Amino acid sequence: MCGITGLQLRNPSLYPQLGQLTVPMLDVLASRGPDSTGVAVYRHDAPPGQHKYSLCAPSAGYDWAGYVSALEGAAGVVPVEFRARGRDGVIVTSIGPDRGPELLTAIDPSVRLFGYGTAIEVYKDVGPAAEVCARYDVGSMGGYQAVGHTRMATESAVTTEHSHPFAVSSDLALVHNGSFSNYASVRRQLADRGVRFDTDNDSEVAARYIAMQMAGGADLAEALLLVMKTFDGFYTLLVAAERSIAIVRDSFACKPMVVAETDDYVAVGSEYVALAGLPGVEKARVFEPMPEEIYTWEA
Amino acid sequence: MGGVATVELSCAELSVREVNAALRALPDGSVARVIAPRGLHNLAVGLTARIDITIAGNAGYYLAGLCDGPDVDVEGFVGWSVGENLMSGTVRVRGNASECAGASARGGLIVIEGDASSRAGISLKGGMIAIGGDVGHMSGFMAQAGTILIGGDAADSLGDSLYEAVIYVGGKIRSLGSDARVEELDAEDMRRVRELAAAAGFDHVIAEDVTKVASAKQLYNFDALKDQKY
Repeated sequence: MCGITGLQLRNPSLYPQLGQLTVPMLDVLASRGPDSTGVAVYRHDAPPGQHKYSLCAPSAGYDWAGYVSALEGAAGVVPVEFRARGRDGVIVTSIGPDRGPELLTAIDPSVRLFGYGTAIEVYKDVGPAAEVCARYDVGSMGGYQAVGHTRMATESAVTTEHSHPFAVSSDLALVHNGSFSNYASVRRQLADRGVRFDTDNDSEVAARYIAMQMAGGADLAEALLLVMKTFDGFYTLLVAAERSIAIVRDSFACKPMVVAETDDYVAVGSEYVALAGLPGVEKARVFEPMPEEIYTWEA
Repeated sequence: MGGVATVELSCAELSVREVNAALRALPDGSVARVIAPRGLHNLAVGLTARIDITIAGNAGYYLAGLCDGPDVDVEGFVGWSVGENLMSGTVRVRGNASECAGASARGGLIVIEGDASSRAGISLKGGMIAIGGDVGHMSGFMAQAGTILIGGDAADSLGDSLYEAVIYVGGKIRSLGSDARVEELDAEDMRRVRELAAAAGFDHVIAEDVTKVASAKQLYNFDALKDQKY
């Protein structure tokens, strides 16, 4: 199955509560996917011109201080801030996305880069939602939007790397409920054009495909239109960019999705029950998005 | 309410199983209100008494499925398969419905005041479904008997592989499914539409203006020799 959920806040007074509102949404959806859990949280808390890199440690007790000094040395006179999150952490630095990902992974190839951008932070790991969210203290996080995923694995292994979201370019995050049937072909086409993959997961192919289209000038909605043309299979996709979230469902629409909109937020989830704890949701406009239609909301 | 005390059941305090057991214990003529439904699945299923139930909010999957008697009124949205396999009684949804509304219903009336998503009335077996707004794609798929009234527009592949069920559409039809065709409205059709619209409380449906969709009956019998490609 898998559960997907997202929350984009329209009322800034709710920003401090983003994590607190998102954790119960994921927790309810653990029934659709107990294997692993992940969330991308968006907040502009880095100084202007700085970028955030969400890094995953190869093991508990990792020497982050050593990693940071190695990075400072390699980058040359660039100050680097490290924000610890459980075993993992977020690097805040002026090193841009043009050379950041390569530089960071070269320091220690066993450290995995789960996402980067001016606003995004990605936390994901094996385990049900309540455990994973507690591990990273997601409940205490503020922000203006979040997308999350609870995974029931069908296409590839249950590991931290195979967990969603797949956040493969600046401030872009994808979560997927379903399974692509032609992803190996698309993957080969992307590989021929120089795209590299971290995992053998089908959803990562869609994330890399969208990133490639957006790098080529497409906006999020246009990239999703191309996903519909290129990918075959079952999917309800929820994709976030720096200032927007979008959903698209395949033509058969067998993977569910519910949208609830109020003046304060737009919330989406695989089942309404995941949204039921949100403030004022009983007065929201609630509907199921149509197949092959792209819905976007701007933050 | 004619002096009948309303039994209030809260999903914040009781499990779905406990709520359903309490509803099942009510005798004919009872009135119940289920509060804090919070999108929970399988509420008010399998009930056989003639009771009035209000669901005070948005509900999840299979609401009032398999029921044979009660009148259920939802003050909100419902998830997939509302009134699935309904035998008799009514289900009224004040908001929108997700996919497969009224799937396989054998009897009774299901009213969706808002929009219904894909596959509304799939495999309908004799019940009546009235949708005030639009319906999603593949609605009425393989419907065998019964009536579907759509006040708004229908998305793609309406009435694909229909059997004896009939669909009436007040708005536009994006496309018809295989073996579905538009037929001329006769006086009997208009009477059916008028009755169903009145029962649903739909003032916006004009019986003379609806489009009737029924089976072209070309898929009724499989002809093994036709287009021998196998």
